[in-house]
Amino acid sequence: MKKDEVPQDGDNLHKGTFRQLFYAVDQSGDYTTATSIGWEPENVALSQAWDEVEQRVANTKAKVDAGELSPIAYYMERTLLDLPLLALKAGKFQWQVKRHMKPGVFKGLSDNMIARYAEIFGIPFQTLRSGELLPFKRPA
Amino acid sequence: MTQFSHTQTAHCESGVISNLFGHYGLHISEPMAFGIGAGIFFGHLPFVKVNGVPGTTYRIWPGAIFSRACKRLGVEMESRKFSSVDKAMKALDQLLEEGVPVGMQSSVYYLPYFPESYRFHFNAHNLVIYGKEGDDYLVSDPIMDTVTRIDTENLIRARFAKGFPAPKGKMYYPVNVPQEVDFREPVKAGIAQACHYMLKIPIPMFGVKGIRFLANRMKDYPAKLGDRRAALYLGNVIRMQEEIGTGGAGFRFMYAAFLQEAGTLLNRQELKDIGRELTSVGDGWRNFAFAAGRVCKARAADNMSYGELSKMLLQIADEEEKVFRRLSTVKL
Repeated sequence: MKKDEVPQDGDNLHKGTFRQLFYAVDQSGDYTTATSIGWEPENVALSQAWDEVEQRVANTKAKVDAGELSPIAYYMERTLLDLPLLALKAGKFQWQVKRHMKPGVFKGLSDNMIARYAEIFGIPFQTLRSGELLPFKRPA
Repeated sequence: MTQFSHTQTAHCESGVISNLFGHYGLHISEPMAFGIGAGIFFGHLPFVKVNGVPGTTYRIWPGAIFSRACKRLGVEMESRKFSSVDKAMKALDQLLEEGVPVGMQSSVYYLPYFPESYRFHFNAHNLVIYGKEGDDYLVSDPIMDTVTRIDTENLIRARFAKGFPAPKGKMYYPVNVPQEVDFREPVKAGIAQACHYMLKIPIPMFGVKGIRFLANRMKDYPAKLGDRRAALYLGNVIRMQEEIGTGGAGFRFMYAAFLQEAGTLLNRQELKDIGRELTSVGDGWRNFAFAAGRVCKARAADNMSYGELSKMLLQIADEEEKVFRRLSTVKL
């Protein structure tokens, strides 16, 4: 890649405010550095990844609203976690966390367990205990 | 307060090496650190999934560049992990008071200064803390263009994020940095190791073979996975290729910059020539990402497009193999 070919596609999720450093070659073919505010393929891939997160959050919210899943499932998606990672953070087995995603089991969870989850999700204890679903905000 | 000279680099691990060693008078460019640490690699791991998507990597696993560079350059590092948050923060504060900049492993999810769109649960990000002001720590994060700061609470979260790999408060700092280092032997050792990893690992997922392995799987993505998941798999290949600061070439440009510097250092034109060849392989990777981005965006996957991407990868693999075969025959 030549220095003057370093992409400047700033139409991305960080609105071109973040500059990465690239290695590129100058006129004589020697390496130098140049900053880039973005590159289209990466912009596409990143926004696709966030679309996917957004969709998972929305799907899970619908299931919580329908009484099929507990707020634990919703906040897991909202915090960009998956089951293995959430179980690890909670210090539980995956099957236990999965059980906590059943609305009936969730209601009976101890305050301690709720507090641990609230900490992982970065939300107030009372919010989780009451089952309130805070909105998800993706980088836009 | 400790003065720390921050230089923005392309990649976090080679960048921290360059910045941290430079602080102690051992001046080494980022590509040089990357090359001596034999950072160039390829791996496709269909069984290691994050959020259901298989992993692809264009560099060696986290930490390897650091440990190899230290060993080859004769830098002694002290590296510590902690089970207690309290002890970890006290140990950090103590070092900062002594004026020692400290490198650490962190999760980007908890770094508030990081561009929001990159904040996924990636736990192997390297940064340097070089001071403290009130409740804030002063940060030299190599991928940011300038120094920044982070509050104590977020730093604790970033240092103790659970997951793979778990940082466990890992921090490191040089205790003995030689002032005069002859880079020639370390460069040779780094090149030999990179060639070995790219060409000789007898597992199909790694090195040049790994590129072909990915190519062969990719052509079946739409049939096996359906449109949506095929696009997700493909998107992840691009994202890893573009893992901040690789110039879209999956570190190939950085390694080419290293070969050029090595050619000057060892006075070997051949290394520079091979660097030029690798630059054109890097351009091939960029073309691939460009085409792949189009396919992702279109979403409606047809087998044609994935088949063509697969062919592009096979060609890249052939060219990359030529480059590293030639590199492995250079008498250094």
